[in-house]
Amino acid sequence: MNISNKKIILHDMCLRDGMHAKRHQISLTEMTQVATALDDAGVPLIEVTHGDGLGGNSVNYGFAAHSDEEYLSTVIPLMKQAKISALLLPGIGTIDHLRMAHELGVSTIRVAAQCTEADVTEQHIALSRTLGLDTVGFLMMAHMLEPKALLEQAKLMESYGANCIYCTDSAGYMLQDDVFQRITALRQGLKPETQIGFHGHHNLALGVANSLTAVEAGADRIDGSAAGLGAGAGNTPLEVFNAVATRMGATTDVDIFKLMAVAEEIVVPMMEQPIRVDRDSLVLGYAGVYSSFLLHAKRAAKKYGVRSEEILLKLGQMKTVGGQEDMIEDVALNLANNQK
Amino acid sequence: MVDKKINIALIGSGNIGTDLMIKALRSSTLNPVWMVGIDECSDGLKRAKSLGLKATHLGIDELLNHIEADNIQIAFDATSAYVHGENNRKLQSKGVKVIDLTPAAIGPYCIPSVNLESLMAQTEHVSETNNLNMVTCGGQATIPIIAAISQIQDVDYGEIVATIASKSAGPGTRKNIDEFTRTTADAIEKIGGATQGKAIIVMNPAEPPLMMRDTVHCLTRDEPDQKAITASVLTMIEQVQQYVPGYQLKNGPVFDGKRVSVFLEVAGLGDYLPEYAGNLDIMTSAALRTGEMLAQSLTTKPTESDVTRT
Repeated sequence: MNISNKKIILHDMCLRDGMHAKRHQISLTEMTQVATALDDAGVPLIEVTHGDGLGGNSVNYGFAAHSDEEYLSTVIPLMKQAKISALLLPGIGTIDHLRMAHELGVSTIRVAAQCTEADVTEQHIALSRTLGLDTVGFLMMAHMLEPKALLEQAKLMESYGANCIYCTDSAGYMLQDDVFQRITALRQGLKPETQIGFHGHHNLALGVANSLTAVEAGADRIDGSAAGLGAGAGNTPLEVFNAVATRMGATTDVDIFKLMAVAEEIVVPMMEQPIRVDRDSLVLGYAGVYSSFLLHAKRAAKKYGVRSEEILLKLGQMKTVGGQEDMIEDVALNLANNQK
Repeated sequence: MVDKKINIALIGSGNIGTDLMIKALRSSTLNPVWMVGIDECSDGLKRAKSLGLKATHLGIDELLNHIEADNIQIAFDATSAYVHGENNRKLQSKGVKVIDLTPAAIGPYCIPSVNLESLMAQTEHVSETNNLNMVTCGGQATIPIIAAISQIQDVDYGEIVATIASKSAGPGTRKNIDEFTRTTADAIEKIGGATQGKAIIVMNPAEPPLMMRDTVHCLTRDEPDQKAITASVLTMIEQVQQYVPGYQLKNGPVFDGKRVSVFLEVAGLGDYLPEYAGNLDIMTSAALRTGEMLAQSLTTKPTESDVTRT
């Protein structure tokens, strides 16, 4: 693999995807500590939002310790060089949330949709572009579409105004070939000026390898999080990816040792549980299940006396997609009834 | 008994309009005369012609030329929230009563099992706008449950998650996704009785397509009275089943502290789209029931013009 001389934009997920792993309870102090340390390490983009995006506060996904407004308005003024992004899932958040994030000074809006449903993002992508924001189309559960079909959805987002398209492995299901084919299809089919991104989950311990493959196939942006703090077995551990990519001759402009320190000294002590490939997260990656279902399934398993990996397998069989957290308790209730 | 059917027009020849047409053709009080679309090749328009309706692809303006001659008294608008305002204005100018199946929410919300009777009793309410809004498919499926809970005790927060098969979501629904969440959340408060409302919609592309699923989460102000809430929810489900036979309780009510959760599934009748598209049926069946009640009031009560003449 040759990625030497490639320029990679790193995007940290600790304070958004990491919200899942922290039951959305990250404090303003923790937000400030992590964001300022990432800024100091040279990370150019940091996402700050409820785990399920703007407007994600709900019974279904969990109420965060603070509102998106509080998080964004706390972090943004402290940044010296880093830009702050916010995630928005149409169907959960609306353009009202988008305007709020814009007014608070985010540089980037990432409009996320199930990879087959790009046409729900038109209003949001178009507004974000009109507001002059760096506008990303974020195609989730991208393993569920073949490369050619994924490209068609990506082209829709590009036509609405997205200047960057992500192939998002929400289930941490993709193997390296899967990533290579999809990123290659996007690179060949989208406009040359449209950037490509890859967002991995570490459920099969392939976060770093898949991200390197994405870069080799033409990805410009790589998502990860310091110490991997994220849903499922976490995101691509960013300090590891940064070290490996740098050794391979790519450029990230992120300080290797400072990023290691953020992971080791700030993020790991924040973790409520080890972020690792345990049986449940391995099931996510093996069966292609949305990574943020993990802690919800563990809680439902405990409440109803059923096995969490059975809940997750069933959700995989049902072909659930991101957002269907309500089905976790429903499945647990059915499993519990069957046990009687 | 009504011996004369009321002539109606259907605007929007997409999934919802076409499904509604098929149902309206079975009605004993409504007579579908016109189907209005904008796409000559749309399946809905072809089907309308084959079923004996007058059909046009020239949009609402063409219909306006025929209102008096065909004595159209009620129009159902199943286009999109963006064009409903203009459609409504044009129809009102001709004295047509409008049932709005988009989330535009110009007129008062109507959830038949909760407030249709009271809306009909307040005739001034109807005539004030001559427009009733059917909220959203997710709202029709969930607000009855929230109302059933808030009839027992105060609900501080009501949240719904509606999951529909991708195949059942037409372009109107997709362009209207923000309006769906806003309108549903607002109706959760105004009709459901929750102090704060929140709505989430998810589209799922699974094949074969999944049945519409709806989950209701309420946070009650005080400890929930489990027995009374369960009884109220079960009674409400029976009421909805009167016009949507495929409306089903899957799990719950589940109680967890002050949280009350109810898990529902909505199977359609398979009139236009297959039965997985319960989201179509719950909308069209609710609109049809509303139209039939309106038709009854038109035939049994003196009309406004009668009143002004006396």
